[in-house]
Amino acid sequence: MIDWIQIFSNASQELISPTTAAYALAALGLAIHFGYTGLLNFGQAGFMALGAYGYAISILTFGFPVWAAVLVGVGASVIFALILGIPTLRLRADYLAIVTIAAAEILRLLFTTGTWESVTGSASGLQGYKGSFGALNPFTFEGTVGFGPFQYNAYDWWIRLVGWTVVIIAGILTWLIMRSPWGRVIKGIREDEDAVRALGKNVYSYKMQSLVLGGVFGTLAGMIFVLPRAVVPANYQTSLTFFIYAILLLGGAATILGPIIGSMIFWVLLSFFSGFIARAVEAGWLPFMTQVQAGQLRFILVGVAIMLIVIFRPQGIFGNKKELAFVK
Amino acid sequence: MSSDTTPTVTPVKTTGLHIGDAVPGVRKVDPIIIADGVRRTFGGLTAVDVEHVEIPRGAITALIGPNGAGKTTFFNLLTGFDKPDAGVWEFDGKPLQRVPAYRVARMGLIRTFQLTKSLGLLTVLDNMKLGAKGQTGENLFRSVLPFLWRKQEDEITVKADELLARFKLDAKREDYAASLSGGQRKLLEMARALMSDPTLVMLDEPMAGVNPALTQSLLDHILGLKDQGMTVLFVEHDMHMVRHIADWVIVMAEGKVVAEGDPHTVMANPAVIDAYLGSHHDSDLGETDTEHVEVLKELIDDEQ
Repeated sequence: MIDWIQIFSNASQELISPTTAAYALAALGLAIHFGYTGLLNFGQAGFMALGAYGYAISILTFGFPVWAAVLVGVGASVIFALILGIPTLRLRADYLAIVTIAAAEILRLLFTTGTWESVTGSASGLQGYKGSFGALNPFTFEGTVGFGPFQYNAYDWWIRLVGWTVVIIAGILTWLIMRSPWGRVIKGIREDEDAVRALGKNVYSYKMQSLVLGGVFGTLAGMIFVLPRAVVPANYQTSLTFFIYAILLLGGAATILGPIIGSMIFWVLLSFFSGFIARAVEAGWLPFMTQVQAGQLRFILVGVAIMLIVIFRPQGIFGNKKELAFVK
Repeated sequence: MSSDTTPTVTPVKTTGLHIGDAVPGVRKVDPIIIADGVRRTFGGLTAVDVEHVEIPRGAITALIGPNGAGKTTFFNLLTGFDKPDAGVWEFDGKPLQRVPAYRVARMGLIRTFQLTKSLGLLTVLDNMKLGAKGQTGENLFRSVLPFLWRKQEDEITVKADELLARFKLDAKREDYAASLSGGQRKLLEMARALMSDPTLVMLDEPMAGVNPALTQSLLDHILGLKDQGMTVLFVEHDMHMVRHIADWVIVMAEGKVVAEGDPHTVMANPAVIDAYLGSHHDSDLGETDTEHVEVLKELIDDEQ
């Protein structure tokens, strides 16, 4: 018999999990890139990797305090954005897509290679960097505290508090800049950059600002992502970028709430599917499937879901039907 | 098509613009643009090869010529949207070589495009506001502090509303620009260009695809620009329109300036008819290019 309570409880936990917050923040960065500016960044996983490694290496190798480690990660992603943007932002949008996808893979392979194992931890990654972040925790209670399915210890609550606070601040910031004249120029560039150039705006500079800002969001997301787990290079494959795109398209590309709510829906559904399929196989409902196959099935379902969204609701959940950025 | 244009008022033509005979490359009394030796080649094709040309200030200048004469390429070169292989040119006494397009625009030389570039998913009002120069809120750091740019934004809105009313687009203020008709988009693009108070407006085929009902209002708007002290340079195929509003006509063919002068003398110039005929001397005009046949008929009408 299937334990439905357990499945729903596990799924609902994803609503406020730090992973959900990290994906929401990375998707918000991508909304700035793709939804508002029209930049096809397929290297968001690379920005996240820089955040994760920048933070972990600063603490483990150099013994930096938390704030300095965060600055190192942000600085690294700004430099990464400049390296990507300087040669490609003058060219057509497609070039950025190719360059970012390749650059993110290069980063991942550099972190995986054994040459710098003492610093990067090679394929097994890094851990043991959580101490200084945990030391900042204002919660001092013992054991687990919470309500309903949300029962966590002090460290887990601390990660969730920090993660979602950063998401909310980033959301408000994005909302502020997108309703300003700066946001107007950015959206104009998405529509037709030559027209904006003809009106006296330095399009190249605006695209660079957008790339850096969205990349920094991705980097902060990478840091939140590794707080409840270890840094593992295999996490930063291209598929990570595609999951974030899925979240963005699900919620609505040129919206603020879209990426955030989209991330919640994505993770709740993913958790529900995996819980349900695993238990359905256990209970013998799917006799043609092994447990290992069942683990992969949820990603097939994600792929099908993305296709259905793009075909039947291209503007996403929160998007304005009239404001379709990617079906012209 | 063009014969539907019924002039409401006879525009006042500006005369006495040039010094000496009206030959190609003639000097002007008060030029706003001076171009020298501007050449642009695409592979083996020389698209533009202008030896010397001056655009008179405070007048409406038409740039005409058959398809492929290099008019639009010349436009792109002047405005920094394309880079020439050789040549120097200046605007208002300031050299423009290697000046990027957005800086050219900031200097007061605003252009429109042959294929209108209205920003479809921005409202008509936002399209207009984007045209304003020197906005504080367009800086990323200041944009998060609305009190820094709120006042300027209100001023820009007032100005945009005035222009929209003048161009009869005020009813469309809140609509997406994508919902406008082709002619309305032309109007919007022109109105948007005026938001920055340019000194020179360059219009690339302002009449292309505009229905006759809107043609007259577009013509009046272009004449209005001159009344407000702006200089206008436009590319056009509609000879009636050129004759009606242009003070000066420059004819290009195969990348070169082949004739210059006031509209009536230029259209009587055999070199102009040659330019249109010459580009099609080996093809059947009646089948291939009705537009040119129209132009030719008009030119020949003029001569008689």
